[in-house]
Amino acid sequence: MLGETEPQWLSEEVKTGTTIIAIEFNGGVVLGSDSRVSAGESVVNRVMNKLSPLHDKIYCALSGSAADAQTIAEAVNYQLDVHSMEIGEDPKVRSGATLVRNISYKYKEELSAHLIVAGWDKKDGGQVFATLNGLLTRQPFAVGGSGSSYVYGFVDAEYRKGMSKEECQQFVVNTLSLAMNRDGSSGGVAYLVTIDEHNTEEKVILGNDLPTFFDQ
Amino acid sequence: MEKHYTDSKVKGVSTGTTILAAIFDGGVVIGSDSRASIGGDYVSSKTINKVIQVHDRIFCCIAGSLADAQAVTKAAKSHLSFHSVQMESPPLVVAAASVLKDLCYKNKEELQAGFMTAGWDRKNGPQVYVVALGGMLLNQQVTIGGSGSTYIYGYVDAKYKPNMTREECVQFATNALALAMGRDNVSGGVVHLVVITEKGVEHVVVPGDKLPQFHDE
Repeated sequence: MLGETEPQWLSEEVKTGTTIIAIEFNGGVVLGSDSRVSAGESVVNRVMNKLSPLHDKIYCALSGSAADAQTIAEAVNYQLDVHSMEIGEDPKVRSGATLVRNISYKYKEELSAHLIVAGWDKKDGGQVFATLNGLLTRQPFAVGGSGSSYVYGFVDAEYRKGMSKEECQQFVVNTLSLAMNRDGSSGGVAYLVTIDEHNTEEKVILGNDLPTFFDQ
Repeated sequence: MEKHYTDSKVKGVSTGTTILAAIFDGGVVIGSDSRASIGGDYVSSKTINKVIQVHDRIFCCIAGSLADAQAVTKAAKSHLSFHSVQMESPPLVVAAASVLKDLCYKNKEELQAGFMTAGWDRKNGPQVYVVALGGMLLNQQVTIGGSGSTYIYGYVDAKYKPNMTREECVQFATNALALAMGRDNVSGGVVHLVVITEKGVEHVVVPGDKLPQFHDE
């Protein structure tokens, strides 16, 4: 129609402006994410689970462009399935992270997504890998997404080596809650995945059950 | 990749800084880092004090172009001393904050800075005011500013408690500034703190080697 422009969100790329975190404990890993997907100023999905399985005991956390991140995760899920059939056993976390890194590096000009890969395997236990921009680095914990800037100080101060599984889960929930309060592109509910030798547990923490802080 | 939009890319001014002010039981702490940089490439001063005194018990910090900071605080100081002579009493903290707010609002096109005022007066005790970009005046218990502040929002939200003791608050401010300086490449140097209470004003400087160490990954 004459003089009418379409809403901004129709032409905006869909981003998972996000907060994601993964942390290793003795015997496994905990991954966490928020659930907001935005296109410009509009929230197009307020309950998206950004923790995507690559294999039974390897998960990745998605951030950046939603399409790019999902595509990488699905491609690596397929490649890991093939690889695990070839070797006849469960794949190593490092293998999953390497496959993600290979795609991120080869297509770094076209893609804009950052995936954190974390999981458990019998050789090295719980491991967290960051694959930002096509590098591959193992870290005790990793944060990512637009909301992560606000919580660098908090995670630097609060992380200690040798935390238990429950302490790690609480650390992840606190970090997500702080980031979701400050980052306009993060919000909704918190998804948590805990992976150890015996099982993989997925959990959702609804908005009003998240920890609150002094000014709320 | 999400582009992290730092202040220093807007209008070419150097907002490379971390500033903080927090109220405790009986007073207020205001502090900053000490690095002055040109565009993130060159550190022009390692030991500049960004906490500026505008009256006996009123201090302010400015995140923004250091030239703007000096010009604006000079104007504010002279306004305030005239005001205090007229009123025949020390100015209220809100008066100092309003002076800064007026300067910021009237010159909003040219200035690109965030202002923070902290002090103690007889009427309302310890107070912290922040002038947001554009001229809105807000009264808060704790506030942070500058490019380094994005990294410590989570820490400040989690760790600030109303009615801390003076020692707890000084430790909180030192930790927060040290964490920000650890992540922001245009903040650094030493931590300058000023502790203001009814009794007076105390400067605390925490040199680089005495800053708290955190897990570094």
